[in-house]
Amino acid sequence: MTDNSVAFVRGEMADAQPAPSTSKGVVGWMRFNLFSDIPNSIMTVIGAIFLLWFIPPIFNFLVTDAVFPWSVVNTVEACRDHAAGACWIYVLDRMDFFIYGFYPSEEYWRVNICFALGALTILPLLWPDLPHKGLSAIGFFVVMPIITFFLLNGGNFGLAEVPTEKWGGLTITLIIATVGIVASLPIGVVLALGRRSKMPFVKYVCIAFIELWRAVPLITVLFMASIMLPLFLPEGTTIDKLLRALVGVSLFSAAYMAEVVRGGLQALPKGQYEAADALGLNYFKAMYLIILPQALKHVIPGIVNSFISLFKDTSLVSIVGLFDLLNTVQATTAVVEWKSPNQAITGYLFAAAVFWIFCFGMSRYSMYMERRLDTGHKE
Amino acid sequence: MAKSQEQLQQTRSATSLLYDPKFRSYAFQILLLVGLVAFGWWIVNNTITNLQAQNKTTGFDFLSNTSGFDIGFSLFEYSRSSTYFDVFLVGIANTLLVAIIGIILATILGFIMGVARLSSNWIIARLATVYIEVFRNVPLLLQLFFWYFAVLQTMPAVKDSIAFVEGAMYLNKRGLYVPDPNPNAAFLWVQLAVGAVIIGGYFLNRWAKKRQEQTGERFPFVPAFIGLLIVVPTIVWFITGANVDFIYPELGRFNFKGGIQIPPEFMALLFGLVIYTGAFIAETVRAGIVAVDSGQSEAAQSLGLKNGDRLNLVVIPQAMRVIIPPLTSQYLNLAKNSSLAVAIGYPDIVNVFMGTALNQSGKAVEVIFMTMMVYLTISLVTSVLMNIYNARIALTER
Repeated sequence: MTDNSVAFVRGEMADAQPAPSTSKGVVGWMRFNLFSDIPNSIMTVIGAIFLLWFIPPIFNFLVTDAVFPWSVVNTVEACRDHAAGACWIYVLDRMDFFIYGFYPSEEYWRVNICFALGALTILPLLWPDLPHKGLSAIGFFVVMPIITFFLLNGGNFGLAEVPTEKWGGLTITLIIATVGIVASLPIGVVLALGRRSKMPFVKYVCIAFIELWRAVPLITVLFMASIMLPLFLPEGTTIDKLLRALVGVSLFSAAYMAEVVRGGLQALPKGQYEAADALGLNYFKAMYLIILPQALKHVIPGIVNSFISLFKDTSLVSIVGLFDLLNTVQATTAVVEWKSPNQAITGYLFAAAVFWIFCFGMSRYSMYMERRLDTGHKE
Repeated sequence: MAKSQEQLQQTRSATSLLYDPKFRSYAFQILLLVGLVAFGWWIVNNTITNLQAQNKTTGFDFLSNTSGFDIGFSLFEYSRSSTYFDVFLVGIANTLLVAIIGIILATILGFIMGVARLSSNWIIARLATVYIEVFRNVPLLLQLFFWYFAVLQTMPAVKDSIAFVEGAMYLNKRGLYVPDPNPNAAFLWVQLAVGAVIIGGYFLNRWAKKRQEQTGERFPFVPAFIGLLIVVPTIVWFITGANVDFIYPELGRFNFKGGIQIPPEFMALLFGLVIYTGAFIAETVRAGIVAVDSGQSEAAQSLGLKNGDRLNLVVIPQAMRVIIPPLTSQYLNLAKNSSLAVAIGYPDIVNVFMGTALNQSGKAVEVIFMTMMVYLTISLVTSVLMNIYNARIALTER
């Protein structure tokens, strides 16, 4: 073998060449995601046309043509203009009503304190890294509701009494949602445990309760609560309208919660139950120390989903005459003072945005928790 | 070794009946039973006292009384001289009508959107995501208000109607006007022919499957079935001289004459239900498709299945197993949510029976009981049907 049998041998590695311009950057991304083949390209074109047809009018309606407080003409006349978009000044004008309902304006600070208290007590519960979860749970589930009730209702401690008929707006929406959440989780856990009980009578009572509530729409439950509850109680007892709705909403969502929790109980391997038995724990200790912590952790997304539907369902109390956020908006869509073509749409869009922020926030939080808790099955 | 087994048992049961699980179980259940009976008796007793105090009678004989009010939309003959029982039936029919049409449309929308969300096309996937996240997180009641009060109530008056199809389809404040199909007597034969082809198709499908399992030969079932479905009724149409006359809506002096008027309440309710439930169904469908392991697709490909067969024989059957149970609950949700009709005035059972009829007759207990029974029946029937279907497609393990 002589050296010159090979014409040329490269001594070092060739430099890496940049990727072809068609497969990287914007062009590559578009080729891959938008125009990978003919059907894909057709869909892209359809989607783009749809967006072009859809987005500008919406943007114009919400921003360009809309009447803001800082617009040149910011009176109702501007909203009545033929080309006007959303009438935001009407929403801002009625904002107090949307948030506090008929609550007396000199007492708004009480509601504000309750909002702050609620935010303060729920934060340590939601923040997974903060310690003392038990303590924060007591804060949110026990202390906060009691303080809120006394603060909002008044009548003691030198506070003027504000009857529940005057509560309204976002306040009442949040109250119903919170009470529903606070009440439905424990009732739901009890029902779920009852449904899996070995005692036949307990089991069938729980099944009947759960299935009955789940089979009927919430609106019939609310009607029943507002019409039948007064009949069920001893003669002469009057029961507050808000309380009736609260009872209805809580029992209704408890039935749904029970099914979610049952899913978690069923997903737990039998070995966990047997291990608890083998340790000599009695039923309550086994449930409290071994079963429920694991089962509830499994179904946190499901529980949050129930909370989301509960939050959306609070809007139904407007049908039985409570002034929740939706009803306050609905009630002002026809006020003469702000009479203009887009008044109703603006009001509904505002309410929708508020509900959306709460619900979407909850669903994102549940996804975050799901990822965080998903410790076992990483591939 | 001092005590025998028998002695041991005797001492235990003597000392601690309280710790005997059997005894405790019975005691607890009896306690619960007594508590429930007492509670029930207390409620019934209170109700009777309250009703007596209000001078109200109980019983279902009010159902044969004349209702005395009109219902805006009814599938069959109803007038103000009809009875409360007729009100009940009209309500059920209206609820079922909107629920069934809603379920069909929501399923179509949901499947399209669920697949679209998984599309490799960025724009399409994003559009579907926005649709799902927006409509899923806003209360249905608010959406109904929006469609009804903000959209349909702001439609133009009758004389300025929007014409979708000139001379045939108009939209105005009073609703949507569409042509009224008016088939002649011979059209019945065409309907029968369609029914016969569908039944025949079922047996054809069974035969084709059996033959493929035995011989491996495939029969092009879908094209054959569609061909039959078009050809046979068309032949029958011409032989029997069947015909369908459309009565078109015409603008009269004050209102449209002829055609079918679809009230805005119905449209708003249907719109709201379909768009809202469609978003949930889309999520269900997406979850079902994602749940099928990609290894299944790859295995099908390596077996040499074509793209269509891969979807039809491998992916979809497995995805359906995941989709069906949550889909059932979405259907039930749609049926139950149709009760929100009361807020926009569509005469469903809650609106006309639990609302107007209850207020007029004052029979709260009976009316609420009957209404709840209707929903209970709808729920149970749907669950049973879907459970049968679910059992059929369930995984059969050896």
